Amino acid sequence: MSTLRRVGLYAALTLAALTFIYPFLWMISSTLKPPFDVGTLELIPDRITLDNYRTMWVRAPFGRALLNSALVATTITAAVLVLGSMTAYAMARLRFRGQPALNAITVVVLLIPGQLTLIPLYTLIVKLGWIDTYAALIVPYLFNATAILMMRQFFLQIPHSLIDAARMDGMGEMRILFSIFWPLAKPVLAIVAIFTFMGSWNEVLWPLLVVREQQLMTLPQLLTVFALGGGAGSLGVSLASAMVLVVPVVIAYVFLQRYFIESMAGSGTKG
Amino acid sequence: MRAEERSGWLLSAPYVAFLLAFALYPVVFALVLVFLRWDLVTEPAFAGGDNLRLLAHDGRFWQAVGNTFVFLSIHLPLQLVTALALALALNRPLALRAFWRAAFFLPVVISGAVVAILWSALYATDVGLINRLLVRVGLAPVAWLTNPATAMPAIAAMVTWKNVGFYVIIYLAGLQYIPRSCLEAIELEGATAWQRFRHVTLPMLLPQTILVVTLSTINGFQLFIEPYVMTGGGPLRRTYSIVLYLYTNAFSYQKMGYAATIGVALAAIIGAVVLVQRRLIGKAEAL
Repeated sequence: MSTLRRVGLYAALTLAALTFIYPFLWMISSTLKPPFDVGTLELIPDRITLDNYRTMWVRAPFGRALLNSALVATTITAAVLVLGSMTAYAMARLRFRGQPALNAITVVVLLIPGQLTLIPLYTLIVKLGWIDTYAALIVPYLFNATAILMMRQFFLQIPHSLIDAARMDGMGEMRILFSIFWPLAKPVLAIVAIFTFMGSWNEVLWPLLVVREQQLMTLPQLLTVFALGGGAGSLGVSLASAMVLVVPVVIAYVFLQRYFIESMAGSGTKG
Repeated sequence: MRAEERSGWLLSAPYVAFLLAFALYPVVFALVLVFLRWDLVTEPAFAGGDNLRLLAHDGRFWQAVGNTFVFLSIHLPLQLVTALALALALNRPLALRAFWRAAFFLPVVISGAVVAILWSALYATDVGLINRLLVRVGLAPVAWLTNPATAMPAIAAMVTWKNVGFYVIIYLAGLQYIPRSCLEAIELEGATAWQRFRHVTLPMLLPQTILVVTLSTINGFQLFIEPYVMTGGGPLRRTYSIVLYLYTNAFSYQKMGYAATIGVALAAIIGAVVLVQRRLIGKAEAL
């Protein structure tokens, strides 16, 4: 490639990268500006203030929402890994009568669109009396068909001699799964963990339906309600509240970006 | 019972219970709800074909469907072109390749709620970044989200920005499977860069293109948080999406039967559109 074309390519890439990064930099900078300066083009504020952060922290329970989000996403991720791998192990490595049907049904479950089941699930949660409970946010996500199929696919590749040897040693199926399969399956478990956690962390439609009590809201929900309800009052405050949701994700992303990209692109899940 | 048979059932029992309660039951009950009138407070009443008749004549529902097609007609071409262009730019030995890829992917990991709030600020008529840039270069500011003509295109552009990194990765994966020998062979025959792209790269990326079209279509029909946060469905209901209408019927009007009917219709529309798209792409390829 000629030098000229090379310069052109890098210029275009820089412009493209700026298009994706600049809005976030502008967002950070806007949260640090006093009200009259918000929105100016300058990235480095003339006067730096933390007022926007103080205001949003006082006006709505963002600390509590952060804990709620962390609790919900962690519980769901743990369940999808532990319960899901038990299911995947049975589907991949144990011969029992229901096994072929279970495999087929799991593929069908993947194809059910979420909009179809949204309202019936909501009425189910209402009938169970789970509105405004953690159960409403967690239980419908305890299993994930994509995760089960990914783990099953991996488990199928583990040599059968390993299982036979373990059984000879008197190991039960649970021990085989957690002390032999889990260490071998680390890469796939990491991928499942990331897309499950991110999916839960970013989810907003379902919490909007099943949670009304402010103390139980997850971060994206509280953020939405806060921005829409006029609680924020100003752009700077509203953007500052969005930072609570962004910062943990961006820190994790900077350190684990390869896994993030592999995980979220591979699963077909988007945040 | 054999030990393996027993363990198999024991290990999959929680999953089977979950499927019955949270997959089978909702699907069946969705179809039941279509024939019910239910506000969650009083007892559900049989509504016959009322919900379906209402849906067929509900101008607001069909406007939401129309809005989604407006959204897709802008979003799909934009998404395909930008994703492919960025993937082609990255598909060569580059300094900082991981950085470029990570930069393009950044908005994908950010919550849709945050992106909607951020872009409301970027699009804001007076203090928004985009209008300030326009004014700086001597152009007139645009009322992006409050003008009925520009609101949906503005949202479509934003969603493209949010998701493009995801599709870049899909195209990059596809580009790795195109054998170098293939491209070199027709280069020797004197094919120009455009001809190489048009007759080798593009046809060989067909599976990825189908995937990108299918996923962005499904994603487009699920449009919710963007209009919910940015426009409330306005101006003049031009950005009202199907899911937003479903949500409003369930949450604000407590019409469970009708909301479920919209859900069933939406699932059917998505299925039909994706099938038609696959046919069309297949035919375009045969030409």
